[in-house]
Order: sequence, then C-alpha cells, then structure tokens
Amino acid sequence: MSDITNNADTPRIVTSTELVAASLKRRRNKQLRLQMVGMGAIFIAFLMLFILVGSLVATGWQAFTQTHVTLEVFVDPEDIPADRLPRGDFDDTLEAALGRMLPGVDMEDRETARAVQGILSNGAQFTLRDRVVADPSLIGQTVTMKVPTSDPYDQLNKGLIERATPEQNRRVKDNEIRWFDTLKEQGAISKPFNLALFTNADSRFPEQAGLKGALVGSFWALLTCFLISFPLGIGAAIYLEEFAKKNRISDFIEVNINNLAAVPSVVFGLLALAVFIGWFGLPRSAPFVGGLTLALMTMPTIIIATRAALKSVPPSIREAALGLGASKQQVVFQHVLPLAMPGILTGTIIGLAQALGETAPLLLIGMNAFITSAASSPFDSATALPTQIFIWADSPERGFVSRTSAAILVLLGFLVLMNGIAIFLRQKFERRW
Amino acid sequence: MMKDSMETKLDVDAMNVKFSARDVQVHYGDTHAIKDVSVDILDNTVTAFIGPSGCGKSTFLRTLNRMNDTIDICRVQGDIYLDGMDIYDPNIDPVQLRAKVGMVFQKPNPFPKSIYDNIAYGPRIHGLARNKAELDEIVEKSLRRGAIWDEVQDRLDAPGTGLSGGQQQRLCIARAIATEPEVLLMDEPCSALDPIATAQVEELIDELKANYSVVIVTHSMQQAARVSQKTAFFHLGNLVEYNDTNEIFTNPQDSRTESYITGRIG
Amino acid sequence: MTAFPFLLLILAAVVGYAINRVAARGIRDGGSRLHSMTSYHGMYSALLVLVPVLTFILVWLALQGAVIDRLIMSGLPDGVLDGLDGGGIQLVLAEIKSIAGGQVFGTPEDWKIAASERLLTTRERADWLLIALVAVMSLALMIFARTRVKADFRARQGVEGIVTGLMIFCSVVAIFTTIGIIVSLSYETLRFLERVPLSEFLFGTNWEPQIPLREDQIAAEGAFGWLPVILGTIVITVIALVVAVPIGLFSAIYVNEFAPKKLRTIIKPLLEILAGVPTVVYGFFAILVVAPAIRSFGQSLGLDVAPNTALAAGGVMGIMLVPFISSFADDALSAVPQSLRDGALGLGATRGEMMTTVLFPAALPGIVGGVLLAVSRAIGETMIVVMAAGLIARMTINPLDSVTTVTVQIVTLLIGDTSFDNPKTLAAFALGTMLFIVTLGINIFALSFVRKYREAYD
Repeated sequence: MSDITNNADTPRIVTSTELVAASLKRRRNKQLRLQMVGMGAIFIAFLMLFILVGSLVATGWQAFTQTHVTLEVFVDPEDIPADRLPRGDFDDTLEAALGRMLPGVDMEDRETARAVQGILSNGAQFTLRDRVVADPSLIGQTVTMKVPTSDPYDQLNKGLIERATPEQNRRVKDNEIRWFDTLKEQGAISKPFNLALFTNADSRFPEQAGLKGALVGSFWALLTCFLISFPLGIGAAIYLEEFAKKNRISDFIEVNINNLAAVPSVVFGLLALAVFIGWFGLPRSAPFVGGLTLALMTMPTIIIATRAALKSVPPSIREAALGLGASKQQVVFQHVLPLAMPGILTGTIIGLAQALGETAPLLLIGMNAFITSAASSPFDSATALPTQIFIWADSPERGFVSRTSAAILVLLGFLVLMNGIAIFLRQKFERRW
Repeated sequence: MMKDSMETKLDVDAMNVKFSARDVQVHYGDTHAIKDVSVDILDNTVTAFIGPSGCGKSTFLRTLNRMNDTIDICRVQGDIYLDGMDIYDPNIDPVQLRAKVGMVFQKPNPFPKSIYDNIAYGPRIHGLARNKAELDEIVEKSLRRGAIWDEVQDRLDAPGTGLSGGQQQRLCIARAIATEPEVLLMDEPCSALDPIATAQVEELIDELKANYSVVIVTHSMQQAARVSQKTAFFHLGNLVEYNDTNEIFTNPQDSRTESYITGRIG
Repeated sequence: MTAFPFLLLILAAVVGYAINRVAARGIRDGGSRLHSMTSYHGMYSALLVLVPVLTFILVWLALQGAVIDRLIMSGLPDGVLDGLDGGGIQLVLAEIKSIAGGQVFGTPEDWKIAASERLLTTRERADWLLIALVAVMSLALMIFARTRVKADFRARQGVEGIVTGLMIFCSVVAIFTTIGIIVSLSYETLRFLERVPLSEFLFGTNWEPQIPLREDQIAAEGAFGWLPVILGTIVITVIALVVAVPIGLFSAIYVNEFAPKKLRTIIKPLLEILAGVPTVVYGFFAILVVAPAIRSFGQSLGLDVAPNTALAAGGVMGIMLVPFISSFADDALSAVPQSLRDGALGLGATRGEMMTTVLFPAALPGIVGGVLLAVSRAIGETMIVVMAAGLIARMTINPLDSVTTVTVQIVTLLIGDTSFDNPKTLAAFALGTMLFIVTLGINIFALSFVRKYREAYD
C-alpha cells in the first residue's frame, strides 16, 4: 500500500475512495496471479494423469494383439508315432513345416535349424501335441495351424524393433529378418487379438503369458474379502451407530477404526504373515489368506461408509416406526437398513475397488509366486492382478513391458467399472430427505 | 398505481438521496424474489426494511452492495444509483463499491484473528493507512465509533472470536466503519443477540446516522420504530409501502402494511 | 467335501426354524396368547443353531490343516528327518502333499508314499468327524431350542440378544485387528532384539541385512542400523511433499473458489480417478516414464543421476498424494462458514484477498491435518518405492542418488521364502514396528487436529 501513497506529489488529503481506486489494479492482478497459479496446479495434475494413461496405452495396446504364423504341418508318423503319445518330436515337426516355407535355408545345419525354430513360441509344440493327442487320426495328415511367434519376432512385426539399428544391437539378426519377411510375403503372418492374454496363466515366455491366473486369484481374494468384510463391517457399523451407548468403550472403538483405516497396507501384510501364515498355519500364496488380509483393510472403509449412510436416514423414520411399537432392532433392520442400503453398497464397492488394487500385503503373503495354472479353489497358490503387474514389471524380457501396461489397463478397466457401478448406484438411489 | 404515488413522493426528498433504485427485479433461478422495486434511500438517515420472512427485504439489501454477485443463480435487473452512479455498470468494481457501502451481517462474523487485525482488515486490503501509526489511529477511532473501545482497548491482541455475542457484533460494525464507508447495510444485526446487547447496538446505530446512511433489515417492528426515521415494508417481493417511520406505524396507507404491523400477517 | 458341513448346518437351521415356528403356531392356535411372533420363535432356533456351529466349523477348518500336518510329520519313521532344517522339513511335507494330490515326480521313498496315504485317510477321517460333530451339535441345539417354545417365552428378546452379541463381536473385530498387529509386531520384534541389540538397531548407521546362507560364504555379517533406512524414507517423503503440497493446495484453492461450476464438475471426478489409481500402477509409471526422463534430463545437464533416483520415486509419490491433499484442503476450505466469506467480501476484499487472508488462515488447521495424514501415507507407501527406489541403504540426502525406505526393506526382506528364525526376517518386523509407531503417532495427532478444527465450525 505504501507504494501508492509515498509519492511526494500526492496531495495530503486523499479520500478513501481514491485510495481504494488506486489499489484496485494491483489487487486485481494479485488475484489473477493466484488464479493462474491455481490453474497451473490443476493443469500439472491433469498433465500427469494424461501422461500416465497415455504412456500406458501407448505401450500397452500392442499387447492386445499377438503375431501368429500359419503353418501347414505334416504330422510325420516317423517323428510322432501313435503308440508313443503323448511323447514325440513335435518341435521337429514344426521346424520341418517352417523349413518348407523358407526355401534356400539350410535346415540340415543344426544352428540354423534351431534359429528357425526360434521364430515360433516355445508353446507351439504343446499346442500341436494337445491337438494330436486329442485326435490321433491326424498322424500322417497335414494340418493347418496358427501358432504364436516368439517375443522377438512379435516385437519385430509390431515395429518395436528398429530395423535401422546396427545388427549387433538388435535382438533379431539380419538373416532372421529375411526369414520373417519371406513368411510375411507368403501371407503366413497375422496379428489377431491376443486371446492368450486372458486364457493363459503366467509363463516365462511373454508371448504365452496371460492374466487368467491373476484374474482368478483376484476373484477368489475379492470374494473372500467381500464375504468377510461386508457382514462384519455392516454389523459393526449398525452397532456403533444405532445401539452403542456413547461411552469410553465405543469412543475407543471409533478411534481404533479411524486409525486402522490409516495404517499402512504393508503393516497388514506383516500381520497376515505372522498371524495367518506363521501362527495359524494357513497356506502361503493362497487367495483366501489374501482376501482375509484385504478384508481387515476394507472393513474400516465399509464401517465408515455404512455409518454415514445410516446417519443420512432421517430420525423421523425411526420415530415413526418406534411410535408404532416396533422394537429398536425391528426399526433398524426393517426400516433404516433398507433405506441405507444404496449408500452402504456404494461404500462397499469403493472399498472393494481399493482392495482390488492393493499390492503390498499380497506380496508379503507370497501372492507374487510364479504360478502357471489358475487356482481352482481359494486355498490354491495364485497371484492377483496387482501382484502379476509387479511380477511382469520386474521381468527383463522386452515383451513384458507392453504386457505389464496391458495388465494395468485391464486392472484400471475393472476399477473404472466398479467405480462406475458405485456412482450409478449413488445417483440412482440417492435420496434427499 | 403504486409506483406513481411513490415516485411523486420520492421527488420531494431528492435533496439528500444516497441510493436510488428504479424497477429492480431479482431472480434466484426460477424464483422471482424482488418485483419492480423503486426506492430512494436518504443520507444521514436510518432506513428500516421490514416485512414477513421471505419477503425479499434481505435480498434487496444485498443488491445495494452487490453481495448477490457471489450467488451464481442470482440475476439482478433494473437500475440502482449510488450518488448518481450506476452500481451495476460493468465498469464498476464491486470491490470499490463494497468499500463505500459497508455491511454488517445477521450473525456476528469476526474473523479468527485478533481484535486489532479484525478492524485493520479493511484498511489493510484497501491501503488506507500509510504506516503503523495511522493504522493504530484508524483502529482506535473505529473501535470508539463502534462503542466497544472501552471494553477491548487493553486486549487488542485477543482473538475476536473470544468476545461475547454483543461485543462481536459491535466489533463487526467497527470493522465495517474502519473502511470509511458512506453507507452501512445491516442485515438483522440484532437477531442473534440478547436484549442488553441489542440495546447497545441500537444505541450505536442511532449515533451512526450522524455520519452515515444506515439501512437496517429487521424482523422486529419495535426495533424499526425505535431506530429508524424511514421504513419500507416488503411483502412477497413487492415494496408495499415506504414512508416516514411514524407514518407507517400510525397511519399505514396499504391494508397489507396495516395487517402486518397489527400482527395479522407475518 | 468342505461344503458339506456348511450345507448340513444350513439345513439344520432351516429345519429348526420350521419346527419352532410350527410349534409356536400350534400353541397360538390352541388359544394361548404368544409373547413373541411365531417367526421370532423360528429365528431363535435358527440362530441358536447357526452361530455356535458355524463358529465351530470355521475354527475346525482353520486349524485342521496345521494339525494334520503335525500328525503326519510326527508319524514319520524315526530318523528320516535327521539333519534337516526348517526349510527341509517343509520341503518333505510339500512333497508328501503333492504325492497325495496325485502329482508324483521321480520315484519317492516308500515312507513318503506311506505318509501320503496316511495323509489322505486322516483327511477323510477328519472330514467325516467334522460332519458327525456338526450333525450332533446341530441336533442338540435344535432340540434345546424346541423345548424353549412356550406361550410366555420371550423369543424376540432372545433373538435380539443373539443379534446384539453378533454385532458387538463385529465391532470388536477392529480392536482384535489392532491387537493382532501390535502383538505380532512386538513378538517378532522382541525376537529380533534378542539377536540384535536395540541400541544398534536405533542408532546404527549401517544397514546390510544380508546373512550368509552357507557357512563358507563370504558375506557381510549383517548390520541392522535403521538410520540410513529412515533417512531414505525421509528424503523420499520430503520430495513427495514438495511436489504434492503446492500442487494440491493451489488446485484446491482454484477448485474451491475460482473454477467455474462446469469446470468443477469435471475437475473433481478427474481428481478422484487420480486418487483411485492403485499404487502399483504409479510404481510402473515411475520406472517406465519418470525415472528414465529424469535420468536423461539430468545427464543432459551433466549431472550424475542414479537409475533409481529418489527424485523419481518421490516425485511420483507426490503425484499420487496430490488428489489426497487437494480434496482434504477443498473440504477444509468448504468447512469455513459462509459468514466469514461474506464478511470479507462485504468489507470490499477481492475474492483472492478473501482466500489468502481469511479462508486459507481459517482453514489452515484442517489443511495441516490433511498434510500430516499425507506424510503418514508417504512414509507407509510401499509399491512406488519398492518398484522405483533403491535397495541399498545409504546415508545420503542427495535426491539424485538412490535411497531405500523402510517399506522397501520390509518387502525385499520378506519376499520369497521366509522362515521365522533368522534376523533377516525378524528385522522386517522390527522395521514394521517402527513404521507402525511412526505412522500411528502422526495419524492420531493429525486426526485430533482435524477433529478439533471441525468442532470449531460446527
């Protein structure tokens, strides 16, 4: 303010109106600056969200397709005799099929032959084996098969390997690129939707790795979590909100629940490791234990949401029912609880969405194991979606980068779905009293 | 027909008119809160707005310093002049207007700061004091005019929120005075106060009219009769009657006014 | 098989309900006036059967596996387990189980096959025993409930008593959880302190938890001073706050006061999305985008930047905290009563002045509480740092260096096979205890701060 009035020429008597007028420009600019900084902050936050999603989509979308080779495989009875099934030289059969499509390649040279075989995913031979075992009459015939390529060729086909880079810095050598191009010219290369991403469990080979095991594991864990935390949470919330007398004990429980909601998730992992696995002897890596742990973490969320929902039911409803001679429990269970249900469900879904993304406690109970088959019960070893993301993010193979992003996109898809349902419920059933 | 009789009346007092409002309409969303109000408010006078709750008296008061601007859904039409200047002119900064037209609210709302900082708030943001000594002077003068100096002079650093309700309201009046406004708008300033505090504030309002034009919204007819020289009666968004307070209370022209002051509507 | 006891129980409950209800109806039709409605008589029986028997089944199932394992292992022929440590014994057990499950690798010893057969029969017997016990208990409780059906029996009170008991149990689970955390952490921590003195843990400046696996291995003795670990945690937390607090606060100020209404309805859900992103995703974002970007930027300036720099982990954690802080600050600003806003505007303050001189100071206690909760979150945050921060504990505060944190150490020490008898595992629990104490302290302080603030304006 001094900068305006210190001017020596200013007349001694200045009205306050003039002073205010003189200060206006400076003050407006100051407000504008504050607004600009605020907008800048919002902009940075959204830029980060944009980069986050953008980078995931940019790296992840490629994983939703997988390069395949279509082969005419002659099931040679010499390599695959019917009486030795399921054993047989399935890989040699495939190799031969490839060799026929690559004229001029010396398949007698063992090095070359092995390199040619490297075009195909390691899982291709098992696909052939399963087909032949299922239908032994195929022996001696020629079958058309579409099998995934191995990761380097997948990357090459998707343009993730720069052909311009010097050969020694490239995972695919010059002659290998020539083979691939030959196959491509014959129209044998295709890039269909990567169904294996959802129907396969984990694998060491990126082209075979899928999310089935993780999805199943997350399903069991979330189911366990829901079955435990939902009744416990609602029970506790109803008691604390409707029945408990305001005294030290109920205060203590309340403070306890609020603090529990803020305990770091890794501490719940330690609890689960020491108590559930160490003391109770429950199995390691089991989605059941994971769900149990997540339930303890989700319960405070559900309790807090349920109490808020119960609070929002107006007292007039309770009074009306009580006035008709209903007992307190009848009022709560028959009148208040149904009215509060949408709010409770919304809170529960949001709590479960948090639980679905929770990683650290699951790592501590061993749900980051390398497991190549989906769990058939909640007591089998399994991974979960977030831990699978962690495992893949840790894997050195290039192909896992895009698969990690793809897995994240799948996880985010589930979260958006769950939150969408929660928002829908809230808007559909929200009542203003 | 109402308007005609009013306008002839208004011209009589044109000498020292502070505010003159013409055909003011206020809409809140779809609600038509103020309908066609025209009124002249005089300088050095206490003007009371009375009427049943929801009649629009507070809304109209808030149009006088554009406090309604802060409500998104509120639209104001018509003209309001302060000393001949259109206050809804796009070139007018509400900040400047509000420095000229101070406001005191229904509930005492001292800032969670010291008593001194509460009073110094306006002078500081508007740059009214050149130095600490001047600011001290303004604070003391305002507190004296707010009739609260004696009670707080030795605890200016204490938080303003620690005062009693009546003291808080006088502090808020002193705070409004500190920016040297020309008009003071008071929105039911005594509704949250006990009778003793109310008496103190009413006494203060009476003193203030020497320097300011005071407009007070009140739900209490006794209060309007005690403190005001002019009274405007609002009903359902209409200005029903505007006249000398004595006239309104002894010889109401409109049957609605009569019903209200005799307690039949409200 | 596991489902069978549950089905039996449900059946018993339904039957009990029906029997009691019919009996009560009979009394009523006989002319007596019942105290409670017939459905309450039925419910009384159902609950009386359900609650104790369900508890019994769950306890049984929880303990069954461990008990059978122990039976099998103690029934092994003498001497076969000699010379095996804990891990080896576990391996034998796992092999027996996989044989029992029908997966045979190689040619197992005869005693293993015998044990696996014993395992199968024991399991089967246990299952039948459980079913028998469930049947007997359900029947007994059903009969007992039936004898209670009388005209003046207060079945409703009985039912409500049981329901109240169940609800109290639910409420107490939260306390049990806290007790479980405290007991398990302190038990393992005490075992850790038997091996490593407390003073070394608290004041040691060296953290090298690698323990030689074999006698002849040349490795560090293992040093357990937590100072470098907590220092790393502090470095990353500070970086996160430096990013999150200004962005969060200014965006809250903008959203709360200046954003047009339409923009606000877009901004708020977007911030919620940002808040709902799991931390493992942020961790991957840090290693995929942020760390390489910081590194190449630093190198272009000629700086030496570690590949897993604290700046990347802390910065991404800051982004994660932005919506947390901004929603807290937004709530705190909204909680300032309208009368204060009016007061400031009525005195001729600009909206900017109102924000900086009245609203913000008035909301400050609530905002500080929120920032404190964010601090506790940053300290306890795990996945971002596990993926993006370093593993080696260094006494450094250089944000371009790689540092490790408490949570990183807990996870890396416990990932993979863990047994509860070496200081490496136990050290994780000691760190967990410290983490729990620190975050709990901050949380309690912050929550009481926030609560006092809320009370002031209610």
